[in-house]
Amino acid sequence: MEESPVVLGGPVSVVSARPVARVLAHLRRHPTVPCGVVIVVAIASLGMLAPLLPIAPPDLPRFSHRLAPPLSAGYLLGSDQLGRDILSRLIWGTRTSLAAGVSAALLALTVGSALGISAAYYGGRLDHFFMRAIDILMGFPEILLAIAIVAALGPGLTHAMLGVALANVPFYARGMRGAVLLLRANEFVESARAAGATDLRIIARHLMPNIVAPMVVFVSLNIGWMITETAGLSFIGLGAQPPTPDWGTMLADGRTVITVAPHVATGPGVMIFLAVLALNVLGEGLREVLDPRAR
Amino acid sequence: MSRYIAQRLTWVAVVLWGVSALTFVILRLTPGDPAQILLGPVATAQDLARLRGELGLDKPLLVQYALWLAHVVRGDLGRSITLHRPVLEEVLRRFAATLVLTAGAVVLAFGPGIALGVVAARRPGRTADRLSTVVTIAGVSIPSFWLGMLLIILFSLRLGWLPGTGMYSPVGQGTIPDLLVHLVLPAVTLGVLPLAVIARVARTGMIEALRENYVTTARAKGLDEIAVTVRHAFRNTLVGIVTVLGLEMGFLLAGAVYVETVFSWPGVGLMLVNAILTRDFPLVQGAILLVATTYVLINLLTDLLYAYLDPRIRFG
Repeated sequence: MEESPVVLGGPVSVVSARPVARVLAHLRRHPTVPCGVVIVVAIASLGMLAPLLPIAPPDLPRFSHRLAPPLSAGYLLGSDQLGRDILSRLIWGTRTSLAAGVSAALLALTVGSALGISAAYYGGRLDHFFMRAIDILMGFPEILLAIAIVAALGPGLTHAMLGVALANVPFYARGMRGAVLLLRANEFVESARAAGATDLRIIARHLMPNIVAPMVVFVSLNIGWMITETAGLSFIGLGAQPPTPDWGTMLADGRTVITVAPHVATGPGVMIFLAVLALNVLGEGLREVLDPRAR
Repeated sequence: MSRYIAQRLTWVAVVLWGVSALTFVILRLTPGDPAQILLGPVATAQDLARLRGELGLDKPLLVQYALWLAHVVRGDLGRSITLHRPVLEEVLRRFAATLVLTAGAVVLAFGPGIALGVVAARRPGRTADRLSTVVTIAGVSIPSFWLGMLLIILFSLRLGWLPGTGMYSPVGQGTIPDLLVHLVLPAVTLGVLPLAVIARVARTGMIEALRENYVTTARAKGLDEIAVTVRHAFRNTLVGIVTVLGLEMGFLLAGAVYVETVFSWPGVGLMLVNAILTRDFPLVQGAILLVATTYVLINLLTDLLYAYLDPRIRFG
């Protein structure tokens, strides 16, 4: 049976007769989107290839080379207050920061989708209970909820990632609930049920494929924010702890020497900005391709 | 309208109860004995037992929550472990500084954000629109904690125009001009994100409004473009902008934590971070409760304002 895919907000066909042609046409109209893809891929590759690159260990202090300016011998981007190579810490920090942001997004997506889909599919008291609980969670500003969770669990990168993920669960749950509510009344769901399909099968085989598009759009627009939030928690001392190389902790290090060595904070700041900017551009592009209302 | 207000107030009471319960539970999940934290590592077993009894920590969790809530509604949030002062007094003092910062950010974001959005919407796809897109996407992408440092480097360290830390000069009398000078950089830093969001909402709303029939009618009547834009299209866009502004204000109260850290602004966010790092849990609990309560109340006001401006909401 043909099922009409939906995006958040309304059942609309996202798969036209020539999807590839449409995507290519869109990319021609918006050349910033390929730029976003290139930057995201480049940053992610840099992080993944860190162990293979000929760079100094990120935690190696050399006190005789403290606060070396950029383009010094052996220090392309300079060194920090402990004489550690900023370039090396940036590259290794890419792994930590991206991994934390992506993990937080995936966790929020998994938990939020599970709650949102089951609430919408089963409806009734379960839906009422979940949605009221989510309303209460949304009574906290997102950042405050993440900070409260870290306060309870204690500072650390894993706890920061968990805090950011859980603080974002309500948004994913609401979004996915909305998407499934629109699908639930469709004939193909009724037909599957009449054919004897179990709830799990209906959700997995009939509903999930139709909410992949809104999921992708939602995550792509949110993932940059997650990276900023986890880096922010590290910046204020609640996330990654020294000596772990992480963009947020590097910025915090840079702040302490900002009057004498502004270059220490420049690298991590540029990396966060570039990564988030590229992801936002990419997310906007995906939204325009996958969500017809955005075009 | 009164029925709508009653419904919203009832629901806000439920959410506030949930917020208080969650704040209590989250902090009770914290590993470690609060009595031990309060008395320090040299406390005797008798002292610990006595304090647990006094604080009600030896009672079931539900009873503990009821006792805590009874104190909270009377304005008693306990005493800070590190500052040795009542939590409410300290939190309110710090909260005033955060409100000043948030208000400054909103003022700086509101006018330019709307102007950017309206100018962009007048000719979609042209230079002004493209510039607006660049500003909005950069504005939502730049982390406030880095932007703040860039502004300090440029305007405070290099040019020496504006102070880069604190709320008042250490030797000053705490005058309004001194406060305003110190407010500029933190408020700009905090205001960039809402500026981008407001510009975006204003642009989208104006583009839609300018396509409406009533705008075509206004033009057909011979009104000039400024009158059409301001009196007809913009007035209808303002409803959406006011809603976003309300939501952003609530968001900024918590988002100020990063800006306060960068600029050593003595607000509730900076206090919260320090309280977490020093395990001053009564202060953490008080700060979270106050910010979350304010957030809920701002959302309520936004809802009511929205319903007042747009009758479809309250009669829908």
